[in-house]
Amino acid sequence: MYDFAYVRAKSLDEVTRLLDEHPNARPLSGGQTLIPTLKQRLNRPSMLIDLQDIPETQGIEVGEHEVSVGGMTRHADVAGHPGIAKAIPALALLASGIADPQVRHRGTIGGSISNNDPAADYPAAVVGLGARVITTRRSIEADAFFTGLFSTALEPGEIVVRVIFPRVRRAGYCKIPNPASGYVMAGCFVAETHDGIRVAVNGAGPCVFRQRDFETALAVRFDAASLEGCGQSAQGLNADMHASADYRAQLVKVAAKRAVACALRLA
Amino acid sequence: MPKITITVNGTVQTHEVEGRTLLVYFLREHCGFKGPHIGCDTSQCGCCTVHLDGRSIKSCTCLAVMADGQEVTTIEGVGSVQQLHPLQKAFNEHHALQCGYCTPGMVMQGIDILRRGRATDHATIRHELEGNLCRCTGYQNIVEAIASCAGTHPDRHSRED
Ligand SMILES: Cc1cc2nc3c(=O)[nH]c(=O)nc-3n(C[C@H](O)[C@H](O)[C@H](O)COP(=O)(O)OP(=O)(O)OC[C@H]3O[C@@H](n4cnc5c(N)ncnc54)[C@H](O)[C@@H]3O)c2cc1C
Ligand code: FES
Ligand code: FES
Repeated sequence: MYDFAYVRAKSLDEVTRLLDEHPNARPLSGGQTLIPTLKQRLNRPSMLIDLQDIPETQGIEVGEHEVSVGGMTRHADVAGHPGIAKAIPALALLASGIADPQVRHRGTIGGSISNNDPAADYPAAVVGLGARVITTRRSIEADAFFTGLFSTALEPGEIVVRVIFPRVRRAGYCKIPNPASGYVMAGCFVAETHDGIRVAVNGAGPCVFRQRDFETALAVRFDAASLEGCGQSAQGLNADMHASADYRAQLVKVAAKRAVACALRLA
Repeated sequence: MPKITITVNGTVQTHEVEGRTLLVYFLREHCGFKGPHIGCDTSQCGCCTVHLDGRSIKSCTCLAVMADGQEVTTIEGVGSVQQLHPLQKAFNEHHALQCGYCTPGMVMQGIDILRRGRATDHATIRHELEGNLCRCTGYQNIVEAIASCAGTHPDRHSRED
């Protein structure tokens, strides 16, 4: 690992100022992705700005219509939060399945969605629930936040502060993990929101996406059987040593059916 | 170089480190606690597991500076040869180690599982050990040792945190 300067910022203003002054500085949340990347020398930041002490990025608030999760919230805290377990149980379930316990004690939602690994879990919940991402500059709708492989709508110098999830009628998640790494090979988050059905697919493509034909089918009847007639094309899906694009296409449908069953079970 | 202070096993440790110094190196090289092992250095094996402010983490995937001002417990802080921690005793009784390389991490993670009240059944314990690899035992005896201590942790509670 190359060396870098380390600053534990005390306020969002300080983070913004440091990022403006040092174009090669990077924010640091849990470090569960960034530190391994630095070890491989895939990245050479001049400075890491640790967000752990910034008040606005902390804590979980469960309101009547929304759940607000601070960007620094660790996966274990979402998984174990009694309010989230009641308000959006599928979100707690998703968080409890990320990585392993030690990584869940460190990794954060802000770091996960900013990184936008195609095989990450949280992007599916953010898109599936139709959340809003609050940054240091603006509020970004989920559908506009994830823009491609490891890329997001965040501009240089802009960081994730909180994620606001709307409470929904019911929601479910299923990930089909790679048996060795635990990362998603194909996953699906389904939600029956107050504005209709949302289906988000992760792991299968270069970036999380909405599966509109599944949404239409589930709007008719919210049941796994409704997806029977739907197909998922392998076009544009990821292919690697773990799974071909055709196999991933097949897994998407399996994951979607299981996610619907999960939503019905959790409701 | 930043000077940081971490309370390790109850003793205040102040040392100069580089920004890139990993917590596991701080513990091993600066503080002399060789209990936390380095197995993979890629966040996979859990040999380096310690408790940071009471929760298990992989110390190879944490910068020492990130833990500045916080408390760390290593295997040296949970028991001694004269007075083993109940889980260490259970590892001994259940023959839960062979070469011993993974053991400090397994015990630290096992204590975390007990703290969270997650030693409910073998399947749950295995799931909770997902971040710890053992190349010798085949896990069965490790799982049994942890299960035998279920319900013994003094501040056990059932939340996932
Ligand atoms: C062994 C292992 C297994 C894993 N398995 C899974 C899995 O199954 N599913 C899964 O989803 N993830 C998995 N992960 C990844 C894990 O969830 C990470 O914690 C997460 O992806 C990144 O969060 P972090 O807080 O650690 O971010 P960091 O590593 O601190 O940062 C990641 C990136 O985001 C940037 N960043 C951090 N915070 C912000 C912010 N607030 N605003 C803007 N940019 C920011 C950083 O500069 C960096 O580029 C795994 C990790 C490991 C080590
Ligand atoms: S050395 Fe830290 S997880 Fe392997
Ligand atoms: S006892 Fe040898 S690696 Fe676990």
